[in-house]
Amino acid sequence: MDAVMNAAPLWVVILVKSAVLLLVVVTTFAYAMLFERKILAWMQLRPGPNRVGPWGLLQPAADAAKLILKEDLTPKTADPLIYRLAPFISLLTAFSVYAIIPFGASADGSAWAIGNVNAGILFVMAIASLGIYGISLGGWASGSKFPLLGSVRSTAQMISYELSMSLSFVGVLILAGTTSLDGIVNAQQRWWFLLPQFVGFVIYVITAVAETNRTPFDLVEAETELVGGFHTEYSGLRFGLFFIAEYVNMLTVACIATLLFLGGWNAPFGLGMVPGIVWFIAKVACFMFFYIWLRGTLPRFRYDRLMAFGWKVLLPIATLNLIATAVWVAYWGK
Amino acid sequence: MMRKRLYNIGAILQGLGITFKFMFRRQPTVPYPSVMKQHAPRFHGLHELRRYADGKERCIGCELCSSACPANAITVIGAENAPEDRRSPGERYAARYEIDELRCIFCGLCEEACPTDAIVLTPRFEMSDYRRGSFIYSKDRLLVPPEAGVGTPPDERPNGIPADLGRVAEVKSTVDIAAGYSATNRGEVLKTHRRGLAG
Repeated sequence: MDAVMNAAPLWVVILVKSAVLLLVVVTTFAYAMLFERKILAWMQLRPGPNRVGPWGLLQPAADAAKLILKEDLTPKTADPLIYRLAPFISLLTAFSVYAIIPFGASADGSAWAIGNVNAGILFVMAIASLGIYGISLGGWASGSKFPLLGSVRSTAQMISYELSMSLSFVGVLILAGTTSLDGIVNAQQRWWFLLPQFVGFVIYVITAVAETNRTPFDLVEAETELVGGFHTEYSGLRFGLFFIAEYVNMLTVACIATLLFLGGWNAPFGLGMVPGIVWFIAKVACFMFFYIWLRGTLPRFRYDRLMAFGWKVLLPIATLNLIATAVWVAYWGK
Repeated sequence: MMRKRLYNIGAILQGLGITFKFMFRRQPTVPYPSVMKQHAPRFHGLHELRRYADGKERCIGCELCSSACPANAITVIGAENAPEDRRSPGERYAARYEIDELRCIFCGLCEEACPTDAIVLTPRFEMSDYRRGSFIYSKDRLLVPPEAGVGTPPDERPNGIPADLGRVAEVKSTVDIAAGYSATNRGEVLKTHRRGLAG
């Protein structure tokens, strides 16, 4: 395998890696959706999808077939080009983060990732910020009121929560002394950053839920007041693309939480005999479960409280956490 | 202010605990076509017209069911029995007997009104169809076929539970219902019914 990898030109290797990763991510998305529906159903004393295949395991395929066969509508008042483009912006940004996310490391310490960027976490933040464009442009270009309201909300929400999120990252960066994702994971070999950066972790979890527009921060698509929010007018495959983007973003956020706070592929309690990739997947799965758990438990925030919470509670706490970490590292660290 | 906020965090954790606990609770869902829930012993379902032991129809075409029906769902047109081909032991029989099951409210007043216990509500309830017209049941579907036996008139049932279910036994998935009916004590049947709900 290594011989083949070394012989092939770099672009072929990257292309193959990307194709494999794309398949893995899309499959994970499909089953993350089924997982969510099952968990939610169990929390509500329902059996969940169980008609298609054993335990409903083929449900994602049925959903995909349904979405593909639905009519793809473009409203008369919509801006046709941007309206059609928006789902792809969402999807593209959601997927491109995976270009640099490492999932494990070989024995020689090289990370399993398509590309190893030394400013990894900055790249992730940059791409995640671009993801807003898909939602806000999609809502605006629909040419109707509910999507517009949804997209205005999303812009405000994602920008205000991104601030606290970035600040919670910085605490980790100070401790790790690097911005490359595998460097951060390697810095956690003794202690996960969950312990010294517990406040940062809590802030990250809250802002991550807000960033991906999930309950209790799903004001962007608040069904009770905005019909479907930014994707009210979307149907068929284009709606499906937004849907995929949302779940892939959830996965991304779970991966980032694993890499930054939960020790990445480092095994806890010296359980080194289990391969790192298994730990990575297990941690991501736990985080995804927590996400779904929140959705099954908490009601939606009121909009003004969401904003007040973001600016008046999260941002000051994140700033204090950052200052405390910086002071600690400067005086007692290393 | 701060204390109130902390209290809110406690409430969130409590909520998370409740949803987590519920995830492992038994679901009350009955996967219906594959598993049947047991009905109450005197469930009012689809009607049937019964026969006497000699194969004659019980119905004498008196139209009492039709006048008792609060939903005007029953149409009976009686006719005089011909001496050489007697359909019922009485003077008259029902030449036409039609029930519009879409109008029927399954109250069982027809059963109460019937002087010969001819019309009886069975526990059958799966009668969905694609056309409205097919919900008008006439004698060809209401009358118990001679080979299916006579059934037991309601007043002769132990505790009001039909000992013989007539055509009901033919329906594919009513096995559980039949099992429920075979119990003689009504309270016992209701108990199994509740357990069926939990499973």
